[in-house]
Amino acid sequence: MNQRAQSQPTPPGLLARAWDSDFLWSFRHSPVAILSSLVALTLIAAAVLAPVIAPQNPFDPAQLDLMDGLTPPMTPNEVTGRTFLLGTDPQGRDMYSAILYGARISLLVGFASVVFSMVVGITLGLAAGYLGGRVEALIMRIADIQLSFPAILVALLVFGIFRGVVPPAQQEAATLWVLILAIGLSNWAQYARTVRATTMVEKSKVYVDAARLIGLKPFVVMIKHVLPNVMGPVLVIATINLALAIIEEATLSFLGVGMPPTQPSLGTLIRIGQQFLFSGEWWILFSPGLALVLLALSINLLGDWLRDVLNPRLR
Amino acid sequence: MLAYVLRSLAQGAVVLVAVAFIAFSMFRFVGDPIANMVGQEASMADREELARRLGLDQPFPIQFLHFLGNALQGDFGISYRQGRPVSALIAERLPATVELAVLSALFATVLGVALGVYAAIRRRGVLANAVMTLSLVGVSLPTFLIGIGLIYVFAVELRWLPSFGRGETVRIGWWTTGLLTWSGLQSLILPVLTLGFFQLTLIMRLVRSEMLEVMRSDFIRFARARGIPARVIEFRHALRNTMIPVVTIAGLQLGSVIAFAIVTETVFQWPGLGALFVNAVQFADVPVMAAYLVFVAFVFVVVNLLTDLAYLALDPRLRAAAPKGAR
Repeated sequence: MNQRAQSQPTPPGLLARAWDSDFLWSFRHSPVAILSSLVALTLIAAAVLAPVIAPQNPFDPAQLDLMDGLTPPMTPNEVTGRTFLLGTDPQGRDMYSAILYGARISLLVGFASVVFSMVVGITLGLAAGYLGGRVEALIMRIADIQLSFPAILVALLVFGIFRGVVPPAQQEAATLWVLILAIGLSNWAQYARTVRATTMVEKSKVYVDAARLIGLKPFVVMIKHVLPNVMGPVLVIATINLALAIIEEATLSFLGVGMPPTQPSLGTLIRIGQQFLFSGEWWILFSPGLALVLLALSINLLGDWLRDVLNPRLR
Repeated sequence: MLAYVLRSLAQGAVVLVAVAFIAFSMFRFVGDPIANMVGQEASMADREELARRLGLDQPFPIQFLHFLGNALQGDFGISYRQGRPVSALIAERLPATVELAVLSALFATVLGVALGVYAAIRRRGVLANAVMTLSLVGVSLPTFLIGIGLIYVFAVELRWLPSFGRGETVRIGWWTTGLLTWSGLQSLILPVLTLGFFQLTLIMRLVRSEMLEVMRSDFIRFARARGIPARVIEFRHALRNTMIPVVTIAGLQLGSVIAFAIVTETVFQWPGLGALFVNAVQFADVPVMAAYLVFVAFVFVVVNLLTDLAYLALDPRLRAAAPKGAR
């Protein structure tokens, strides 16, 4: 007894224990995870801090000088002599600042729409899995139909309905919210399916019976007891969906049914840049395109890694 | 077997009616159909006259039945924006999209299966690994960036291929085809590559992993023991058994072919249905949106049915089980 107590090391601190946990161990041993999280975090931090670190506010016409227009990257403008890291667009807008502000909008739409579809999907999935019966049949049928239609098609439809219902004068201000709604609504079904499947497994476990026996209401059992146990797979889907949502937003904006040029996201910047592809001003398109690919790719790789770590069956 | 086919048919019909209902609700409740069709100065009498002619004064279920009846005859009303029958617009643009989608599906399937088999057989080869890495990057690239990249390389820098449109087309009856002229064929190359790329990477990865799985199974080991040549085992025995999941996924992927066709057609200003739909969304042209939705659902149902039939052809177990009404 005495000996065992002596041989046991002093209990390590919380940080040290976290460092030694399975999760961080596999993180430290995966170069892909480290690199992609570094890239993703840098881009997210740059986007969040855009008002602080951007050389100019690309939305403030007073800060733009038309004479700076179409300056190539890293070379001084022939007239004004100013140099821009990533060049300028025809209005003399600094591309570097525009990308920082654009990534801000792309990330905002991405995060908000993922949260929105998560809330909708989890609620419906929990209800379907826990309540069963008619509710389940109805919800899962709708999810089936939704899943067989491509997300971008659903988002386009939501957007088209918005254009038909909201008067044109208010459309520009509402676009951001409609994008979040459209992308969120086109991605909830996957969460609902996963949550339902996990809920059905959890439901039959003893702890749920125990919670029911002490007289808790179904709603409380669902939220306080079942929900925490279904969050693992949900987080994996959410990470991968974040990359998909960012690409979806960029695609919608590129198609001309997303953010307007006055408030450009990365997709809008690419749409604008495409017009200059033939006249040789490649940088207007290239740098927002690269930013988008880096953002989507790093989050995607992170999501893949997370899936492998949290799903022991695949190891 | 008949029961199996009939059940697929019935499910398809339910989906079609559900989608038609959504399309009809859009048509009925998004915007005011009458205000969109008559001018600003129309009198109340004119409006009522039009409402009666369109059947809008009747109860909702009757209106829906009318809509269904008209849709069955291919009549989806008149485009708000272009003032022409939606059916004519769709018929005009259908050939462009069908040629693009079929060619890119063909390109993706043929090359995808070939590359997938190669990557599975030469699992440790340099070329096979290069192909796999490239496909991983390809999955994360948005379609429109692939299209723009191809345009930049082959149309702007090298000037080998046209960057937009269908080129010259030949009219055969009501169908227009770009397959019979040199410029038409040239114009097809970049859009087909763009649209097919995502499918290609997907099919390739799927064929590879399925093939690796099958190659590990007992019947392949026995075939080897019998001294059957490797080529015959790989293509006659292994490949055939990988085709069932591949057909499933290829069928399910049709949805994304249509979705990416919307994007591809916009990038290349391809005069197809996807571009028509994007325009309709921009201007809230509800009849065109509704018709496109029903059209897409119809294609889905047909392809799902074909996929089910392909199972029957590929998997003898299904043919044996079906008459008993099993499953």
